[in-house]
Amino acid sequence: MKVLVAVKRVIDYNVKIRVKPDHSDVDLTNVKMAMNPFCEIAVEEAVRLKEKGVATEVVVVTIGPKAAQEQLRTALALGADRAIHVQTDERVESLAVAKLLAKVVEEEQPSLVRLGKQAIDTDNNQTGQLLAALTGLAQGTVASEVVVDGDTLQVTREIDGGLQTLELSLPAIVTADLRLNEPRYAKLPDIMKAKKKPMDVKTPEDLGVETASRVSLVKVESPAERKGGIKVGSVDELVDKLKNEAKVIS
Amino acid sequence: MIRDPELLSQLLDTISRFVRERLIPNEERLAEEDAVPPELLEEMKEMGLFGLSIPEEYGGLGLTMEEEALVAMEIGKTSPAFRSVFGTNNGIGAQGILIDGTQEQKAKYVPRLATGEILSSFCLTEPDSGSDAASLRTTAIRDGDHYILNGTKRYITNGPEADLFTVMARTDPANKGAGGISAFIVQGDTPGLIRGPADNKMGQKGAHTCDIIFDNCRVPAENIIGGKEGQGFKTAMKVLDRGRLHISAVCVGVADRLVEESLHYAMERKQFGAMLADHQLIQAMLADSKTEAYAGYAMVMDAARRKDTGENVSTLASCCKLFCAEMVGRVADRAVQVHGGAGYMAEYAVERFYRDVRLFRIYEGTTQIQQLVVARNMVREAS
Repeated sequence: MKVLVAVKRVIDYNVKIRVKPDHSDVDLTNVKMAMNPFCEIAVEEAVRLKEKGVATEVVVVTIGPKAAQEQLRTALALGADRAIHVQTDERVESLAVAKLLAKVVEEEQPSLVRLGKQAIDTDNNQTGQLLAALTGLAQGTVASEVVVDGDTLQVTREIDGGLQTLELSLPAIVTADLRLNEPRYAKLPDIMKAKKKPMDVKTPEDLGVETASRVSLVKVESPAERKGGIKVGSVDELVDKLKNEAKVIS
Repeated sequence: MIRDPELLSQLLDTISRFVRERLIPNEERLAEEDAVPPELLEEMKEMGLFGLSIPEEYGGLGLTMEEEALVAMEIGKTSPAFRSVFGTNNGIGAQGILIDGTQEQKAKYVPRLATGEILSSFCLTEPDSGSDAASLRTTAIRDGDHYILNGTKRYITNGPEADLFTVMARTDPANKGAGGISAFIVQGDTPGLIRGPADNKMGQKGAHTCDIIFDNCRVPAENIIGGKEGQGFKTAMKVLDRGRLHISAVCVGVADRLVEESLHYAMERKQFGAMLADHQLIQAMLADSKTEAYAGYAMVMDAARRKDTGENVSTLASCCKLFCAEMVGRVADRAVQVHGGAGYMAEYAVERFYRDVRLFRIYEGTTQIQQLVVARNMVREAS
């Protein structure tokens, strides 16, 4: 079984996000970048499938600037076999990403496509779903457990109010939730070896996909600073404050 | 020399993340239990931390001195006891075999040192010979195809756990100087090798030292490093530059951590209606520590780069060790001062680091030995 994993380069989860002084965007100057944590979970899941002998090849793909190859190298160090880099310096939105990935899926014909449920930069939670629509493949999103059983997948999803288990037939698309697994650290010698694994570089033009933005970014602002909380003396006082001060209930 | 910047940044990112997510949260446990948690030890082996400076052909990473210094700075950001566990396999425990060992000795031991399958230790110091190492008294007397070792070694890092010891012993009793000393590879299970109880140290809990006693310990003659008598002290001296630069880099990493802890505390705590970090006398301490840590960084990086080009850095390595060990002592002292009363309490990391860093001025050559090395080299070069 061939598994394709899509990963994204985002600001490292430890970095305090700052907005540019002119509010045009998030300030990325000298900011540490890393693989999106949900994508790491997706990579880990694919590598585990390979270790179990279920997957025969793990291919990792990303879309982004040249520097995004660092995240591909990370995935290769973690155990992926080869990488595809769709290189672009443009801001690519979820739909363009999904279209590009659909082309890669068409070329690679994987049995299973794994993604993170969302990226921690813009938190859109769209790409997996859009990709499923474009390719017509079955989808299991926000997966907390995935069991491969022959040509089918059992995907457990964390939904409001409980767990939902779906059965999908392969080929399928699965997006990873936080509790699916705990990703490993790359072994240092594997990081050295990853340099020698193959990486194929393409452009959106090569794939025949037009990535022009459909959304224009007007302004970016930091969230309002939180004010200190207060303690209330009774339920009545709480209800009163929610009604009359916060005006969140009526 | 950095062979591949992109690759190195990946290595450093991975190590930094492991330090932040796995080691730092377990510092207190390490100190309380006086042991590296077994699962963390396994993770450290898995990651490849035992083979940082061991060549790739033996399964290590073959880091250059500059690369190793940067890695040591990352590792310095957590309790030095974590580093101590894999420090000997990368340093004095393996380098002797690597530099002067025979092909058979390298092939037999080094790959297993690189994976951490065997833990190594280095026996030089004795009850009556510390800084004056060349006067050591442990003897190794030839008896057929064996040597018989007798003597006591003191403060031996990883002594309680090590599987393999590099032991300096006098093979020529008539020669009281360095030329009478040979280096031996001694397996931990050799009859006559006795481990004393673990020492009760001031700090660096979790890293263990003990006496190693040789009582008619028979070691095969083929275990003499390099196959020749009288080379031991030279072998020991060859590993010093690397070790001194490595420890200097660790000092810089610890200093960075202490600056970070101090800044964080100074920005949280309020006194006289303003955060500590807004008070100028606190700012002076923060700035002095930051500046000194950066000076140490610059020194270590310069000396490491020079070593990678083949330059003799004996003087510079001692300059680095001298400055960085003293520097991190001052930085730790200020870190406690910035924390005020809290800095004296065990619940704050700076209290533990204050005790941990005291050792840096003592091991791998005391500050005073570094002063002597630097000054003697200066005089020798000028005359």
